[in-house]
Amino acid sequence: MLTIIRAALEAGFLYAPVAMALFLSFSILNIADMTTDGAFVLGSAVSAMMCLSGHPVLALPAGMLAAAAAGFITAFLQTKLSVPSILAGIITNIGLYSVNLMVMGKSNQSLFQTDTIYTLAKGAGFAGSWYKLAVTALIVLALAAALVLFLGTRLGLSVRATGDNMDMVRASSINTNFTITVGLCLANAMTGLAGAMAAQYNTFADVNGGTGMVVLALAALVIGETLIGKGGMVRRVAGVILGSIIYRLLYAAALRCQVPADYMKLVSAVIVAAAIAAPEVRRWAAFQRRKAAARAERGGM
Amino acid sequence: MLKLEHISKTFNPGTVNEKKALSGLSLHLEPGDFVTIVGSNGAGKSTLFNAIAGGFYVDEGSITLAGEDITFQPEYRRSRVLGRLFQDPMRGTAPHMTIEENLALAYLRTAKHQHAFFSRTSKADRALFRDQLARLEMGLEDRMGQPVGLLSGGQRQALTLLMATLVPPKLLLLDEHTAALDPGTAEKVLRITREVVAEHRITTLMVTHNMHQALELGNRTLMMDSGNIILDVRGEERSGLTVSGLLERFRAGAGKNLDNDRILLS
Repeated sequence: MLTIIRAALEAGFLYAPVAMALFLSFSILNIADMTTDGAFVLGSAVSAMMCLSGHPVLALPAGMLAAAAAGFITAFLQTKLSVPSILAGIITNIGLYSVNLMVMGKSNQSLFQTDTIYTLAKGAGFAGSWYKLAVTALIVLALAAALVLFLGTRLGLSVRATGDNMDMVRASSINTNFTITVGLCLANAMTGLAGAMAAQYNTFADVNGGTGMVVLALAALVIGETLIGKGGMVRRVAGVILGSIIYRLLYAAALRCQVPADYMKLVSAVIVAAAIAAPEVRRWAAFQRRKAAARAERGGM
Repeated sequence: MLKLEHISKTFNPGTVNEKKALSGLSLHLEPGDFVTIVGSNGAGKSTLFNAIAGGFYVDEGSITLAGEDITFQPEYRRSRVLGRLFQDPMRGTAPHMTIEENLALAYLRTAKHQHAFFSRTSKADRALFRDQLARLEMGLEDRMGQPVGLLSGGQRQALTLLMATLVPPKLLLLDEHTAALDPGTAEKVLRITREVVAEHRITTLMVTHNMHQALELGNRTLMMDSGNIILDVRGEERSGLTVSGLLERFRAGAGKNLDNDRILLS
């Protein structure tokens, strides 16, 4: 039982940066960034190749940088070439498939018996048998702190305002093309970091490893936002990480209940659709109640 | 201060919806001018503001602000020296951000902060914001941590005015900025407008549909029709003018009655 919970916590932290990326692009900038799946794999692929050449620590910033470049392309298509934002992400994403194959040279790379940040931590005797969780959590918490700090700077405020009221941002002499580009680059860098860590955690990188990542992360984001609600940035970012952990605990519970692993993507899809549709369903139910009440009143007269 | 030379703009050219919104309009403003603009529906008042602010580029003519040719400058660049208020109080502020964060964004326009991407709101900035908010006499200085979405329309418009003038702009564009407010709040926002403009001697253009206001506020009144200025009065000529006199002059200039369904004559 303890191992299951620990594995769920590890996965929760491991994939939390993707949920944080969507928090930035989807919740704050109001852009559905479809680059996510490909950027995750790009982070994995770059990280795997860096590990194989003996640089597991450098692999993390390298993965982030590569994924940020992917985000830049999506942003460029969208802001400079007026490609609709969802399409811009999809175009980049499909192109990334080939790029990822190019990076790895084949469809998957094993890191078996290669040094990773996890084997280094284990070798150093860091945090005993909790080393995987400790390493991942430390990195993610540092990232979360950096994100919160960034959102309080003038550039961070500009990015937030871009998703809130574009008219006002232009009137404040801020170039919205620039803020959108910054936002998408940072979001994808976070996704890339998750990919980079995941490759080392799983000791392999697979070109299909990112399929559905955007929906899984969205599920985590929606769970976090529903539980924690709106508030300051610290609270909201903490909520996103918590959402990611809860999602992985639910996932582990479902697996324990003999739900085949193949079904988990369907479960995730249902969670996301249900959570996003919930307010509309609630409105509809309230309207039906009102209608029924009005009808009953009229019938009673 | 502002020099518009023969600017023209046609929307949807070559289609059945073709509309010549500005036709060879010229206008010179002196530093410190406070100009009110009235006009019929579709006369091109908002289009004129959009042309100045950079919402689109004009087809012909040139725009010079404080000696700098801004004809082809993008909107966000012009915003460094322009302040702008719309009729809709929702357009000027970010609803999900706090009052303080909104003010911090407006403060970005100072040269000092233009490239300081990672600077944060300092104690001194916060104190400045507090002082400025207190001037509105709406109690907003004690609510700086609250999201702007919680404020009333009038409070949001007053805040937008503050944001537009926190760093005094070279030119202030007011597009019926009190029209959507209740009379009491409108009066208050107008009073603050008057004070701020007078204090920094900001060159101001204000569209209004209140004829009385058009004559009473500022030092110069323009009337627009069909994308051009048909009447430009100032000085003694203006101080002797009544609302009915103004309407008479419009009829003489445009060859028709002033047709604006929201016009206020008193």
